[in-house]
Amino acid sequence: MKQQEWPLYEVFIRTRSGLSHRHVGSVHAADDDMALTNARDTYTRRKEGVSIWVVRSDRIIASDPAETSAFFDPAEDKIYRHPTFYDIPDEVENL
Amino acid sequence: MSDNLLIAAYATRLGDNALVLAQRMIEFVAAGPELEEELANANFALDYIGQARMFYTYAGECEGEGRTEDDFAYRRPEHEYRNLLLVEQPHGHFGDALVRQFLFEAFYVHLLDALTRCSDEGLSVIAARAVKEVRYHLRHSSEWLIRLGDGTDESHARVQASLDDLWRFTGEMFAPDKLDDEVRELFNGPHLEIIEAEWRKEVRAVLEEATLAVPDDQWMASGGKQGRHSEHLGFLLAELQYLQRAYPGASW
Repeated sequence: MKQQEWPLYEVFIRTRSGLSHRHVGSVHAADDDMALTNARDTYTRRKEGVSIWVVRSDRIIASDPAETSAFFDPAEDKIYRHPTFYDIPDEVENL
Repeated sequence: MSDNLLIAAYATRLGDNALVLAQRMIEFVAAGPELEEELANANFALDYIGQARMFYTYAGECEGEGRTEDDFAYRRPEHEYRNLLLVEQPHGHFGDALVRQFLFEAFYVHLLDALTRCSDEGLSVIAARAVKEVRYHLRHSSEWLIRLGDGTDESHARVQASLDDLWRFTGEMFAPDKLDDEVRELFNGPHLEIIEAEWRKEVRAVLEEATLAVPDDQWMASGGKQGRHSEHLGFLLAELQYLQRAYPGASW
């Protein structure tokens, strides 16, 4: 019997309302619907989420590791772009 | 039979369905077709074991003789088990297991839903918790059945054969016995003929989408509810109960 490898999907979960979806891992699935249920069964067993996104891994356009310096180095010496000059109250958890 | 013993017997029956099906499902642990599917299946089996624990514990309380969940699970011979014949049937391949799952869950979800409205508070509380789990299980098994039925020629032929093979065990679910009747009359329990109509409608819809043929009406096997089981249950319990039989009273 021919066994085909199912495509890989990346899984993003929003842990609660107000936060953004975060990448948590990946699952294999035969189609989009199955990817969603597999993600639910694999990553939300312990009530980790209120929303799931899945996307086929091969549909993600990723930056090239070889071009890391060209992409990111120019921002290295621009410290004034960081909001590190503000005092953040302790009560603020998510900024 | 007193009301308490009636509820104890009924809760035992529900616990037996959950435990025996779970024991069948965990045969796929380390033998699932895909890692993700294996994990989902194991999660569902754990849901059923959780349900069995709640039903057994409650049965023990109602009975009032100090029996624990372990006494129900590990220290009863097969003729004291009251599960449906369907859930104890062995599976050759994943399609068999899936069809068994689907046929039972399409019934069980309605049974639990009806039990949430029964007048026995203990049963209704357990049912309310369990029905949430089983709704999702049913969604999962329905989607798989559609995928395999409407998949390749081979997957279609295999699940059709599973369906034809297991169909004769579905009649028992809807054939009320004395206990079913008493729970319905005294505690506003489930009406099996209403559940059967819903089951038929839903099963037909899923099978249609799966391009599978609904098997013809036929002779239906029964006896599980009365403790007359197929030969498979003894082997299943032998494995399930081995430790307590070999080392009575062993604990963690």
